[in-house]
Amino acid sequence: MISGNVIKYGDNIDTDVIIAARYLNAPSPEEMAKHCMEDLDPDFVNRVQPGDVMVGGANFGCGSSREHAPIAIKASGISCVIADSFARIFYRNAINMGFPILECPEAAAKIQNGDKVSVDFASGVITDLTTGETFQAKGFPEFIDNIIKNGGLLKYYKAKLDN
Amino acid sequence: MGMTMTQKILAAHAGLESVQAGDLIAARLDLVLGNDITAPVAIDEFRKAGFGQVFDKEKIAIVLDHYTPCKDIKAAQLCKKARDFAREQQLTLFYDVGCVGIEHALLPEQGLVGPGDCIIGADSHTCTYGALGAFSTGVGSTDMAAGMAAGENWFKVPEAIKVTLKGQLNRYVTGKDVILHLIGCIGVDGALYKSLEFTGEGVASLSMDDRFTIANMAIEAGAKNGIFPVDEKTLEYVKGRYKGTVDVYEADPDAIYESEVVIDLDQLEPTVSLPHLPSNTKKAKEVKGLHIDQVIIGSCTNGRISDLRAAAEVLKGRKVAPFVRCIVIPATQEIYMQSIEEGLTEIFINAGCAVSTPTCGPCLGGHMGCMCEGERAVATTNRNFIGRMGHAESEVILASPYIAAASAVMGAVALPEGLEVK
Repeated sequence: MISGNVIKYGDNIDTDVIIAARYLNAPSPEEMAKHCMEDLDPDFVNRVQPGDVMVGGANFGCGSSREHAPIAIKASGISCVIADSFARIFYRNAINMGFPILECPEAAAKIQNGDKVSVDFASGVITDLTTGETFQAKGFPEFIDNIIKNGGLLKYYKAKLDN
Repeated sequence: MGMTMTQKILAAHAGLESVQAGDLIAARLDLVLGNDITAPVAIDEFRKAGFGQVFDKEKIAIVLDHYTPCKDIKAAQLCKKARDFAREQQLTLFYDVGCVGIEHALLPEQGLVGPGDCIIGADSHTCTYGALGAFSTGVGSTDMAAGMAAGENWFKVPEAIKVTLKGQLNRYVTGKDVILHLIGCIGVDGALYKSLEFTGEGVASLSMDDRFTIANMAIEAGAKNGIFPVDEKTLEYVKGRYKGTVDVYEADPDAIYESEVVIDLDQLEPTVSLPHLPSNTKKAKEVKGLHIDQVIIGSCTNGRISDLRAAAEVLKGRKVAPFVRCIVIPATQEIYMQSIEEGLTEIFINAGCAVSTPTCGPCLGGHMGCMCEGERAVATTNRNFIGRMGHAESEVILASPYIAAASAVMGAVALPEGLEVK
């Protein structure tokens, strides 16, 4: 269970605005986090507080395959991303690195910028503490749930290959 | 139950008789790809997870194409990490400055991908190889690391959108116009999680280069992959080139499609995407005269020989407009050489273009043509997101090589038809 304040964006948030290519050679997640969302929202890095929740519209994380995008978001202090839908490579990347994402069109539409929300990852229940509304995010298939529970894709494959 | 081309390839690589949309499967990989931006992250993850050896040193391609020749010290450090790993693991498919090309032009050209293959690449435009009738999709670095270690990865079997092509393209209309038109119709998430399966009698008229361009930008509609049926042109292309076994998969007559889009190639006109989404399409003639500062002709989308021929056809005997930069980037060394041999490079240089060694460079605002605030480019690349080619207040218009070259001559968005001969 986590709770935090919402920083909300619109549809088609692409990986170039999440972390521009000019920062892809940054040596650490912390360094990348300094430039997260820079071309869309230069003030994001000043506003974001550890535990905050990012909310996006449709097709969140579209564009390039750069895993640097979820890495930068995570390192900026964001605890999870809720969106109407996720672009598929971003979706895979987040799961593979164990960064929580929730697909929930209703929550993405109704939750407002600045609201305080809590998220129960076990049940997928999102609560807007500002309005009192609750939302049910889509659950993960068992296979993917296993990857997350195993601590990410590579631990899953390490265990598989070691056997 | 009938299967699509994609579903058949995935079933074969998962060792299953059949699959259906929504199934989660583990599939064997024929090739795992990474570049100088994504491979270093994958290498770190590979080591951190405790893996020692890659699953097959002949099935991992590392292509240093994005920031190379290295634009700065940090880029050089990333390349060194990839180079050291390739040496340590004795990878046979390692491409560095001097033999490198843009990965998605290079791999088909070198015969490393072919019909029926199952390929992942830590680069979103890996979907390009669908032009050859392969299942090919972009993934992230952790997926690449898993693929390098295990030779397999997990997939959710996608449902498909059937894209039926009819007729044939008119003069100055290309594969780029087809894919921009399609993205304009269905949107940047119109094919989210799905495959785009191209079919219809119109396919036969498309060159392999047109098919590569179309499959390349499937990701720009959110697709997992784009795929073409294998025909005589495909077999001709892979003959004497492709090193693997050709496996041809055809969609079943009763394959299930989520929806169908019909494109009449005869009706298409040169199309551009205005800032800041590939789906923001207009007919080129509607935005004719829009001032530009730069033109880029190249990239994994349009850096192949037929693209350079198209650009040279327009630029021959003409000059790039004053105060406009036109940068031409052949996608591979082989294309670079061919461009010289065919006299295209001479045409470009005489016209006042800069001709570069192969690199992804300006497409992603890496180097070799970044823009500052207020500048606008016409580019044959694939993305026009905010800040894609440099400053957040610069703009990119996506177009075909014909439109890009004509625009370079006029210093504004222009069409090759009716261009004044100087």
